[in-house]
Amino acid sequence: MAVTTVAGVGDVSLARRGHDVKGRLFHLLVVLSVVLAFVILAALVWDMIAGGESVLTERLWSFLTSGLNSDPELAGVWQGVKGTLQLSIIVVAVAFPLGIGSAIYIEEYASDSRLTRFISVNIRNLAGVPSIVFGLLGLAIFVQALGGVTGGRTVIAGGLTLSALVLPIVIITSQEALRAVPSGIRVGALALGATRWETTRHHVLPAALPGILTGNVLALARAAGEAAPLLLVGAVSGVFFVGAQGTLEQILHGRFTAMPMVIFSWARLPAGQGWNVLAAAASLVLLVLIFVMNGFAIWLRNRYEQRW
Amino acid sequence: MVGTTPLTVADLQGTARRMRRDKTMRVVFGATASVSIIVSLLIIVSLTREAASFITKVELGSLWDIGWFPRRGSFDLLTLFAGSLLVTGVAMVVAAPLGLGAAFYLSEYASPRLRRTLKPIIEVLAGIPSVVIGFFAISFITPDLLSRFLDDVSFFNLAAAGIGVGILTLPLIASVSEDAMRAVPASLREAAYGLGSRKATTCVRVVFPAAVSGIVAAFIIGISRAIGETMVVAIAAGATGGSLRNFTQIFDPGQTLTAAMAALGAGTDQVKGDDAAFQSLYFLGLLLFGVTLLLNVISARFVRRIRERY
Repeated sequence: MAVTTVAGVGDVSLARRGHDVKGRLFHLLVVLSVVLAFVILAALVWDMIAGGESVLTERLWSFLTSGLNSDPELAGVWQGVKGTLQLSIIVVAVAFPLGIGSAIYIEEYASDSRLTRFISVNIRNLAGVPSIVFGLLGLAIFVQALGGVTGGRTVIAGGLTLSALVLPIVIITSQEALRAVPSGIRVGALALGATRWETTRHHVLPAALPGILTGNVLALARAAGEAAPLLLVGAVSGVFFVGAQGTLEQILHGRFTAMPMVIFSWARLPAGQGWNVLAAAASLVLLVLIFVMNGFAIWLRNRYEQRW
Repeated sequence: MVGTTPLTVADLQGTARRMRRDKTMRVVFGATASVSIIVSLLIIVSLTREAASFITKVELGSLWDIGWFPRRGSFDLLTLFAGSLLVTGVAMVVAAPLGLGAAFYLSEYASPRLRRTLKPIIEVLAGIPSVVIGFFAISFITPDLLSRFLDDVSFFNLAAAGIGVGILTLPLIASVSEDAMRAVPASLREAAYGLGSRKATTCVRVVFPAAVSGIVAAFIIGISRAIGETMVVAIAAGATGGSLRNFTQIFDPGQTLTAAMAALGAGTDQVKGDDAAFQSLYFLGLLLFGVTLLLNVISARFVRRIRERY
């Protein structure tokens, strides 16, 4: 290989002698950690499929369409799916507009003042607050203090609690999407006489929308998987029967549950009576729901991502 | 423009209607931005109010007497701290090396194309709900992993819960560390290669020290997340109160701060609103809030340090 003559030293080979054992070992270790992460993911999915197989193959349709029941042969996840959908609708209606609005204010309107910085720091800290603490917020504020409006332990209280939980995530991801829009676009619109709002509405938002949507869908997936806050605001964990749930009023002010709560209550029941099979099958249903959401978000990002 | 009146400032300012609209939107967006502050304030107010009334109601000694039996009026914090400490410890033993290794691979070894495929899969791992991981802990980790290799493993145990929490924190640690490593300028790596370093040496001796504050931040965020994780522990650790101040027996059941809150929360129907047992929920919440906030603030410091340097 390269044999170079360095003045005063003589012949020096720059080629490394022997095998690079330590380097290979390090490479192997880092590859192994990634592989192990995937093995864990695969083991988890496999465990849920294997565990829930009998329910999924024998009575998939009745499992998806039946309500909670004290008989494991008859119980299904329908109430959980419905509750999660209702909660998601509330999150979309409350957290998304508030979060995107906050992001627009911070990125487009606010000057770099002390107040703005305080708001940003506060949002970042809020994002790190454990989810169960949001459950306490929900219990104290949405269930008790505002009980007259929300009706106590209802789907509204649950939805507002989850909205508070994902609000910081929605804001942060929307901010990142807005920040990715080059300032030339803003300056150009402003120079042509557009107001701040017109610039945002017609130029910045359309360009940032795919990014904003991606982040928001990911936040929604997070909300769909949360159980701890719902536990505190009183989602039902056990068997419950609901009467006629026809009107909007009955849905909004009735008792509710959600997929993660259904899994939690089944996972806690003693094994051996078939509840663990149901828990595995329900986990799989929730995983599919969340993977579809994540997949949609990632697809959105790859499809519409703009490189400026 | 010849023959017309010259433009005035007023012409360039836009119509009053447009200006008014812009002002309205500014107020609307400002109002939405204030919601996050209101949420923070409400959290602090509701936690401190109930926690304060808890503190005045119970004998302070009951916070140290052995045993966490809230319905009987004994609130041993050490029992809960011991559980939280063990679960967090196990979680970090799992998540820190794996997360760091994955970060090294993604940042230093993987080709850009491979990275683009691997990252979304790690994000999927991050999106797995904690109840599912909790169920995985009692349906796989304890029976098929721990019990196979070890004797004397309780069905509910802190180790399985810790491993589950570790799985949850792994993607977080991986992605924050990877960000820190990618923030290290390429010139540092090139200089190391120029001096004849191997790839592994460059990773360990150059990239790691340069990114160390970001990596420390990743670990601290991981710890904060692990302490705050509820459902995995509530399902897999037993969630029985108990009188054991279990600092060492990771294969035994135990109780953590968060699981104790979940246990109280799941049964709040039986407890009255001004009951001390019920208010202990808020007291624990305040402790948890304080601890995680402190950790997050510290980790933000570390992140800022690496951002300032490069």
